[in-house]
Amino acid sequence: MEIPALAWQGLVILAVFGITLLIATYSTYAERVVAAFLQDRVGPDRAGPYGLLQPLADAVKLFTKEEFFPAGSSRGLFIFGPCLAMTTALMASAVIPFGNTILLGDGTAIRLQAIEVNIGMLYVFGVVSLGVYGLMIGGWASNNKFSLLGAVRAAAQAVSYELAMGMALIALLMVTGTLSLREIALQQYNGLWNIVYQPLGFIIFIVCAFAETNRTPFDLPECETELVGGYHTEYSSMKMGLYLFAEYINVFVASAVMSTLYFGGFSFPGEHLLYNTLTSSQGELFAHNAVTILGTVVLFAKIFFFIFFFMWVRWTLPRFRYDQLMRLGWTMLFPIAILNILLTGAFILLFGNKEAKLDTTKQPAPTEIRAVARK
Amino acid sequence: MGTSLFYFLTFVALLSALSVVFAKNPVHSVLFLILTFFAISGHYLMLNAQFLAAVNIIVYAGAIMVLFLFVIMFLNLNADTEPNKSALAKVAGAIAGGMLLLVLIAALRNVNPVGADAATFDSQIGMVNRLGLVLYQQYLLPFELASVLFLVAMVGSVMLGKREAGERNF
Repeated sequence: MEIPALAWQGLVILAVFGITLLIATYSTYAERVVAAFLQDRVGPDRAGPYGLLQPLADAVKLFTKEEFFPAGSSRGLFIFGPCLAMTTALMASAVIPFGNTILLGDGTAIRLQAIEVNIGMLYVFGVVSLGVYGLMIGGWASNNKFSLLGAVRAAAQAVSYELAMGMALIALLMVTGTLSLREIALQQYNGLWNIVYQPLGFIIFIVCAFAETNRTPFDLPECETELVGGYHTEYSSMKMGLYLFAEYINVFVASAVMSTLYFGGFSFPGEHLLYNTLTSSQGELFAHNAVTILGTVVLFAKIFFFIFFFMWVRWTLPRFRYDQLMRLGWTMLFPIAILNILLTGAFILLFGNKEAKLDTTKQPAPTEIRAVARK
Repeated sequence: MGTSLFYFLTFVALLSALSVVFAKNPVHSVLFLILTFFAISGHYLMLNAQFLAAVNIIVYAGAIMVLFLFVIMFLNLNADTEPNKSALAKVAGAIAGGMLLLVLIAALRNVNPVGADAATFDSQIGMVNRLGLVLYQQYLLPFELASVLFLVAMVGSVMLGKREAGERNF
């Protein structure tokens, strides 16, 4: 059976899409289980064994609720808001490398990544910066003061924290020398993880990731003690569901990006040893594929840890006050991010083995074999 | 494929740009402007200028238009509250727009519409690595001056955000 490289790529895209949705679905369940665990409760246990069918029950509930349109709302934009939030959330997982390549018998290499672009980091950044439109449009179209305030908060927060996030990424960029997420992952596959070079940058990045995904302690746009429900006050039924769902997709994407950029992506300790052992016993093809699959499993383990970390923080820390949030973003994170850039530059100048890192001839055995489809 | 995509993107760009002007509601105008930026980014992608496409989206659609929308939402501008402009404002607007049109036509009059020579054209010229080399070697001084300007603006915004001694908002 001959399947062309393009069809494989299509399959990978479908798989990435499906996995993103599945993980977001079960994040809602995991959130409740984690919350129950942290608060010493039982948690969802009615729908199915261990409550595993709870997301399905939630979906049925949301779909059968009344579709409500507030009076004086701008109807088209009211529907467009949640759609946009969902679309931008789903777009970001396209460039994340979920694994190295799978080699087929005829020498074709399939990348476990939906699309490979050489500006992957900028793509993620761009999609993240578009995510706020869903909240803003929805909040404005609701014709409700609380919704509008929530939307305005979301916009101000997103713009403020994008700045520090971009600065943290620039420092990482100086270390890696490439914008491609795949190449960043492969560099860490062959060398040390970026967290070793960029501990300060990672801390800035994770704080900004919490703010960008509107998670506690930065969930001011939906702060119910002040704003009823924030930007989704007027939303009901599945439109509300899309907003909540988009948040979990964003959490997943943020976790995947953090794992890829700072925690080695699909690399794990001892991979080269495993590869060499398997090559001598089973052959190169099997070794490469086995290491790739194991790498994907490890990447998902890292992603799940970060998702858990998001939930852990949510059920542990209280919410910031809005002025505290802005002060943290502008007068602390932003100067620290600039300092981080200066420090990184100084370190590269002083101990610069940047040339060695960029040297591609020294790559150990399982290098990427470019797919035939590339022009 | 390439030509039809070009015409599609051009159609979207022109239509949404016209909608920016003709939309009654300022929020709709902003959204159409964002759509215009997307179409233009599509053109950049077709020219193999990936970096420019991404930066166009990040800077214009992702940051500047968010601020536009932010201000418009705060002012709560609606089609109903929009006052009718006086005749003077209309004439002044027409003259200013006409001058811009004149300058654009004058600038584009002598452009060679044939495009790049296929034999000497480098398809990788818009890639981020090449762009970086050009920016940091050939145009280093203007680039650094522009970045200093931005740094000043950023420091200024931090200064404005700082609380002055004795000020209390809560």
